[in-house]
Amino acid sequence: MKQYVLQRFLQMIVILFGTSFIIFFLFAMLPGDYIDSNISLTPQRAQELKALYGLDQPVLQRYFKWLGNALHGDFGYSLKHQENVLSLLNKYVWNSFFVAILALFLTWSIALVSGVISAIKQYSWFDGFVTFFVFAAMSFPSFFISLLFIKWFGVDLQILPIGGMIDTGSDSTGLAHLLEVGKHMILPVTILTLLSIGSLTRYFRTGMLEVIRQDYIRTARAKGLKERVVIFKHALKNAILPAITLLAFELPGLFSGAIIMEQIFNWPGVGRIQLESVSFRDYPVLMAFTMFLSCLTIIGNFLADVTYAAVDPRIRLK
Amino acid sequence: MNEMLLQVNHLQTNFYTESGVVKAVNDVSFAIREGETVCIVGESGCGKSITALSLMQLIPENGKVEGGEINFAGKNLLDLSKKDIRRLRGNEIGMIFQEPMTSLNPVFTIGEQMIEPIQEHLLLSKKAAYKKAMELITMLGIPNAEKIVNLYPHELSGGMLQRIMIAIALSCNPKLIIADEPTTALDVTIQAQILDLLRDIKKEFNTSMLLITHDLGVVAEMADYVVVMYAGKVVEEGPVLELFKNPQHPYTKGLLKAKPVIGERKDRLYTIAGQVPNLVDLSEACYFADRCEHAMDICRVKQPVLTEMAKGQKTACWLYEDGENQ
Repeated sequence: MKQYVLQRFLQMIVILFGTSFIIFFLFAMLPGDYIDSNISLTPQRAQELKALYGLDQPVLQRYFKWLGNALHGDFGYSLKHQENVLSLLNKYVWNSFFVAILALFLTWSIALVSGVISAIKQYSWFDGFVTFFVFAAMSFPSFFISLLFIKWFGVDLQILPIGGMIDTGSDSTGLAHLLEVGKHMILPVTILTLLSIGSLTRYFRTGMLEVIRQDYIRTARAKGLKERVVIFKHALKNAILPAITLLAFELPGLFSGAIIMEQIFNWPGVGRIQLESVSFRDYPVLMAFTMFLSCLTIIGNFLADVTYAAVDPRIRLK
Repeated sequence: MNEMLLQVNHLQTNFYTESGVVKAVNDVSFAIREGETVCIVGESGCGKSITALSLMQLIPENGKVEGGEINFAGKNLLDLSKKDIRRLRGNEIGMIFQEPMTSLNPVFTIGEQMIEPIQEHLLLSKKAAYKKAMELITMLGIPNAEKIVNLYPHELSGGMLQRIMIAIALSCNPKLIIADEPTTALDVTIQAQILDLLRDIKKEFNTSMLLITHDLGVVAEMADYVVVMYAGKVVEEGPVLELFKNPQHPYTKGLLKAKPVIGERKDRLYTIAGQVPNLVDLSEACYFADRCEHAMDICRVKQPVLTEMAKGQKTACWLYEDGENQ
C-alpha cells in the first residue's frame, strides 16, 4: 500500500509536467495574443509591450521561464486585471466553490435517496415520477431553465434576487451578510442541482437494482433479518461502492466554476475569469488555472483509487 | 413414528411473465416428519427450488404463492404476517443455497454475517454471538475460527463458504433445514464432505431436512423419503429404498436408467427423449406424455392424479389406474 502510494505520487509529478507542457503549447499555438487584440496601440508601442511581457521570445524559452517561476510559486501577473494571478484566482474561486459544494451535497443526497427508493419500489408511481422528473430536469438547457426561474421567482413572484451575490449597494456585515449571500445563492444552487441530479439518480437506481437481485440479498432475507437491514446495510453498501469513484471525479468540478450559470446570474465566480482569460489571451491566468484543475483531476483520480481500496475488501493495491 | 413437522398441501406458486402465467409449482403436496430427510428430485426448471423458496416465502417478485397451505409446527405459514415469517426464517427454518461463492455478502466479514441471525433471533450480545459463531465454525471442521471470522468471503474456498452457510443455517438451532442443491457448485470430494457433514448434523441435532437436488447419488445417500417432480407437479413419491428398487412412473424409471453405474461400461448413457414442456399455458394432459414410451390416448386428454401404490409409494400415472377410475 505504501509502495503503491509512493509510486502513484511519482507518476503524478511526471504527468503534471507533461500536462503543463501540452497546455502551454496549445495556448501558444492559438493565433494572436493579449497585445494584438488591442487595436488602439501603435505598432511601435505594441512591440514595446510585447518585449515587456516577454511575448516576443520563442515558445520553448517562454515555457521554461514560466515553469521556473511556477516552481517557485510565482504564477505571474494577469495581463488584463493587472493583478497577481494567485490573489486574483483566490478572490473568485471561493465564490464558485461554495455554490458548487452546496449543489454537490444536494445532488448526492437527493439522488441517493430517490435512486434507492425508486429501485426498491421499481415501477411504482414514485419510480415513474422520479424517472420523469429527473429526465425532464436533465433535458432543459441550463440557460433556458435559469432564465425561466429568474422570470418566475425574481420577476413575477419577486421573492428571490435576479442575480449577483449581494444586493446593489449593500454593505451588510456578519449574519445579515451571510443571509443576503445565501438568498442570492438559492437559484444558482437549485439550477446546478437540477442539471446534474438526473444521471446520478439513474446511476444509483441501476446499481441498487443490480444488487437487490444478488444471491447474498436472498441469503440476508433467509437469515430473517429486517427488511430495513437487508436494504440499508447489505444492499446499500454494495450499491454505493462504485459511486465513490464518481465522487472523487467531482473534485475539479468544485473549483472550475459554472460558466453559463455564472454569466446568467452575474455571479462573481471563477468561470467568468476563465472565459475572459481565453478571449483576451491572458496566458498567466489561463495557465495557472488550467494547471490547478489538472492537478485536482489527477489528485481526484488518485483519491478514487485509494478510497476504493480502503472500502472494498476485494481490492488490494500493489 | 415421529411427529409431523411440515405438511405442504396443494401448494400452488405462479409466475406472471410477459409470455403468460407459469405454473412453477402446481398442486404439490408432501410432508416431513421430525428427524426425517425428504429429497425433492427433478431436472432443471421442474419447480423444486421454487417449492423450497415458497416455504420461506422468498420467491422473486413476479411470483406469487396462490394456493394451498404450508403447515409448519402447527401454523399455516401462508397465514402469517410478514413479521412472523421473518422471525421464522433463519430461526426455526434454516436455508442453505446452491452457490456458496455468491450467497455471502462480499463486503462484510464472515463473522459479521454469522452473528446477524444469532443477534436477531437469540438476542445475544455481540461478544456472545461472536463466541457462538466461532464455536459453530470449529464444529463444522474449519480450523482457526478466530482468524476465519475476520476474513471476507473472497478469501475462502467454495467448500469452506458452504460450511459457513451451513453454520449460519444451524446457528439458531432450526427444526428444519432446507438445502437447495447444496453440493451442485462444489467439486466431488468437497461434495462428499458436505454431505457427511449434513448427515452428522442431522444425527446430532435430530433436525429435519428438505434436500433439493437433481443428483440421484445424493438422494440415495441422504434421503429417507423421495419426491419426484416433473414440470411443477409431483409424479411419484415414496420411501427411498422402494423408489430405487421399484420405480413406478416412467419418468422415475427413466431417471434411474440415466444414472451411470460404477463398473459398467456403456458407450452412451440412457437419455429420456424430448424436452421439458414449456410451463406457460399447459393443457389438461399428463405433462410427461410427449416423452413417455408408454403414452396412451388418455394421457393426452386427462391428467392422472397421485394414487397410493404398494408399500407407501404414490404415483401419478394412467398405467396404474384401474379401469373404474377412467
